[in-house]
Amino acid sequence: MNIIVNGKPRTVAATTLAEMLAELGYAGLRVATAHDSEFVPAVRRAECRLRDGDKVEILGPMQGG
Amino acid sequence: MRVYGVELPSRLLLGTALYPSPAIMADAIRASEAAVVTVSLRREGAQADDGAGAGQRFWGLVRDLGVRVLPNTAGCHSVKEAVLTAHMAREVFGTPWIKLEVIGEDDTLQPDVFGLVEAARILTQDGFQVFPYTTEDLVVAGRLLDAGCEVLMPWGAPIGSGRGLNNPYALRSMRAHFPDVPLIVDAGIGLPSHAAAAMEMGYDAVLLNTAVARAGDPVAMARAMARAVEAGRLAYEADPIEPRDMAAPSTPVIGAAVFT
Repeated sequence: MNIIVNGKPRTVAATTLAEMLAELGYAGLRVATAHDSEFVPAVRRAECRLRDGDKVEILGPMQGG
Repeated sequence: MRVYGVELPSRLLLGTALYPSPAIMADAIRASEAAVVTVSLRREGAQADDGAGAGQRFWGLVRDLGVRVLPNTAGCHSVKEAVLTAHMAREVFGTPWIKLEVIGEDDTLQPDVFGLVEAARILTQDGFQVFPYTTEDLVVAGRLLDAGCEVLMPWGAPIGSGRGLNNPYALRSMRAHFPDVPLIVDAGIGLPSHAAAAMEMGYDAVLLNTAVARAGDPVAMARAMARAVEAGRLAYEADPIEPRDMAAPSTPVIGAAVFT
């Protein structure tokens, strides 16, 4: 399945957001996720099903003013 | 100062961006004695990618400093973006505090005050404690308070401009109009004298970033800002004299010698 992750096309075997995070190496990282521009809390990632062409944003801490 | 029930030991809030290195950032934060630092969000690389985990390392550095973090919604131009970013920031940083920025205009980074009020209302209802980056407009300020904000952060000048307090009259008016609301001058501070001026007006705190991070010696400038904020606050509490047009001799004239 092809998913746009942080603006880049990725091919993943995962069918849920939680599985995709693990597959791409995000397990254990302090990140927040959005699926098609809707916030998905960590506790709901396992029930967030992915479809071909979906867009996922994975954000982490950054310096800010 | 006290904000959202939290007593802050310092009246300086410092940004974490634009420093020459993470080590200098950490040293500057320590030198500033800031109790709160602002942080943000960006796309995080996976562990397998190049540059992976940069955000995780940054977070480790900030966490070790033992300061409270105030995540921002920098770069957001709409209510939807700002609300979404706030939710993601709350999960990443584990705090209900959010420095709410809804930018309306790119040359000055002036807040879109209409979107700001709407986003503040939504976020407050969602359980956030909102620190709105706003203008000096008293009506907007009132709407933000109505929306549930317990602190207001008017700009001194456009972000990163270092111009100081562009509109001292309006900032004084705001202080006078909302005597019991915590007010923080956020953005535009370039020099310690600017920070001191805001504090002398009775502002509760200042928030700055570029003035320290882009100084030739950020650590020294952080120290200078800390002293300016402290001096300005002390001066405010000491009840300064009113300026006058004509001289008033400070040396007593009674008993002065007469030489003729």
